[in-house]
Amino acid sequence: MNCLLCHSPYNPITSWRQLFLLEDPDVLCPRCRGAFVLIDGRLCEMCGRPLEEAAPSVCPDCLRWQEDEQWGRVLVKNRSVYVYNDWMKDVVALWKFRGDYVIVEAFRRPFVHAFFRHFGRDWCIVPIPLSRDRLDERGFNQAEALARLLPSLYFPWLARKHSEKQSKKSRRERLETDNPFFLADHPPLDGKRIVLIDDIYTTGITIRHAALVLLEAGAAEVGALTLIRA
Amino acid sequence: MYIPPSTAASPLVVWLNGQRLPREQLPFPDGEVAAAIQTGSLCEQPGLINTARGWRCVRCGNDDRRLFASFPCARCGADCAYCRKCLVMGRISTCTRLVHVTMPLPSEPHEAPLSWDGELSAAQAEAAQAVRQAVLDRSELLVWAVCGAGKTEMLFPAIAAALEEGWRVGLATPRVDVVRELAPRFRQAFPRVSLAVWHGGSDERGRIASLVLSTTHQLLRAYRAFDVMIVDEVDAFPYSVEPMLEYAVSQARKERSSLIYLTATPSRAWQRDIARGKRNAVVIPARYHGHPLPVPVLEWCGNWRKQLERGRLPENVLAWVRHRLEQRKQAFLFVPHIDELEAVTRLLQRVNPRIVGVHAEAPDRAEHVQAFRDGRVPLLVTTTILERGVTVPNIDVAVLGAEDRIFTESALVQIAGRVGRHAAFPDGDVRFFHHGKTNEMVRARRHILRMNEEARKRGLLRR
Repeated sequence: MNCLLCHSPYNPITSWRQLFLLEDPDVLCPRCRGAFVLIDGRLCEMCGRPLEEAAPSVCPDCLRWQEDEQWGRVLVKNRSVYVYNDWMKDVVALWKFRGDYVIVEAFRRPFVHAFFRHFGRDWCIVPIPLSRDRLDERGFNQAEALARLLPSLYFPWLARKHSEKQSKKSRRERLETDNPFFLADHPPLDGKRIVLIDDIYTTGITIRHAALVLLEAGAAEVGALTLIRA
Repeated sequence: MYIPPSTAASPLVVWLNGQRLPREQLPFPDGEVAAAIQTGSLCEQPGLINTARGWRCVRCGNDDRRLFASFPCARCGADCAYCRKCLVMGRISTCTRLVHVTMPLPSEPHEAPLSWDGELSAAQAEAAQAVRQAVLDRSELLVWAVCGAGKTEMLFPAIAAALEEGWRVGLATPRVDVVRELAPRFRQAFPRVSLAVWHGGSDERGRIASLVLSTTHQLLRAYRAFDVMIVDEVDAFPYSVEPMLEYAVSQARKERSSLIYLTATPSRAWQRDIARGKRNAVVIPARYHGHPLPVPVLEWCGNWRKQLERGRLPENVLAWVRHRLEQRKQAFLFVPHIDELEAVTRLLQRVNPRIVGVHAEAPDRAEHVQAFRDGRVPLLVTTTILERGVTVPNIDVAVLGAEDRIFTESALVQIAGRVGRHAAFPDGDVRFFHHGKTNEMVRARRHILRMNEEARKRGLLRR
């Protein structure tokens, strides 16, 4: 078998579970797999970033969010699978910007695992959408690609207006700009628990903008599962 | 009055001519592109075609099943296959359309384009004449020139002849470093000729000029563009293992064009073809300075891997390093893999803390190589990736673990070829430390001896 990322041949059987076909073999060679760093241990209970043993249970960023009257209670929690290291930056660039869709398979097992660990089947899955222009440019939505990995159906209840690439704006600017999200076709959301899916949680603004739209339409609570905590 | 057709060409046609690109990469309104296709001045093809074996990418020629994947495409709304091989050049999927200009590139004659006043050695002059003839005949020629023969200058007369005819010359090489190094030399030799440099980080990539220097990857942009196609270091990674680049060459050259291969280490199959007269070739067995190639010494060093595990280096290897440090002679030490590179570097840094290790993926690679060139680093430990291209005047070279599979005849000849390149320092020590002699090592040594012998016979050596 050849590694999905480095294309070099490797022996994919590493455990008894795989040998007895209880588990699909890894699509990555041990070297590439080992370069990803899973988020583990103590987390900020809000945004899911890794914390030192001695640190308080909510990180400074999230304390700042909680003090904000408008935004403080919009999101119940975010959980992420991986740390944003240099390796991950390269892989994301290849996946998202070069458009090598199939790389999403490398995230399947840990992503599904995190979904069941932190959320579960009683949550409705809603991927963060791309604007039409961006979608045409990339050919696919990376958040939707992640949502497809999960064993439940996902719902395209949100849509997005075209706006500048976010990475070019400061936090304040991003918070103050108009919410790019609006509702697409959707059933009544009253009482629903919704988990948003996205590739990266950086400042949390995108996720909160999306969450706000869903809450205003009657959702009971909104959480987020993201691949990476930057 | 007669108006030549080229003056009627639209900006779109002028911009695109000589290239073949995905339709969405053209910086023109889609309506304009559609109209040009309608009138027949542009030709559109699918990006992927279905063959009996599966998909084939029209841009890069890939037909390896493992290098295709598919995705739910937002553009065409279907499950769209795409090529993973040439992805860095922009994704080619089932719904991608490639476009190129239908009519041939207009010619661009130059008068006396060459302003180089250097002199060719006897061996160079002989080869230069053969290349020039092959270019004018639009035929194929392999130039087998030892490391340090002075390949670049040898091309000048042939390129000048082509430019006088109004032809376009493309030179492809596998390494960005080499493209960057060659560009100023060509600019100096052909000061009035338009020259474009194509590599991943260059804004000029894709711009058609009379003279184009390209990495083999970027060559995938070109389509029926060159009357003279020169491929440097044919044997070098990744050309020999990548049929993609052979395909790129076949697409980039015009149907009637010459093809010149340059190499210091042709594959065994090619060497056989040359011996049987099946391949048109010219051999330059001597360096431009007329001194023989330094011959490698094969030296047993025991189970060095085991020693390394115990935190030690073989005595004779350590002695070799110490000797270079005492003599203040710079040296390269090649090791097979990254893991060993780190271990060996750590051990040698105990001897001299200024010793550094560099491998292909090291982010600070360029810095360390520069530090070595400036003489701030006495010894550079490295993997095979530096075997070509890096030229430092007065150095010695050793290989630790020359028995490893990675050190093929061609790699070892290239490694030995780093030594004695400068006329002021034509000698140097080449040592292959091994734990068991391999055929490749013996062949590499024999290869070098044979070249020296041939040079002597042809009277190309001084003395």
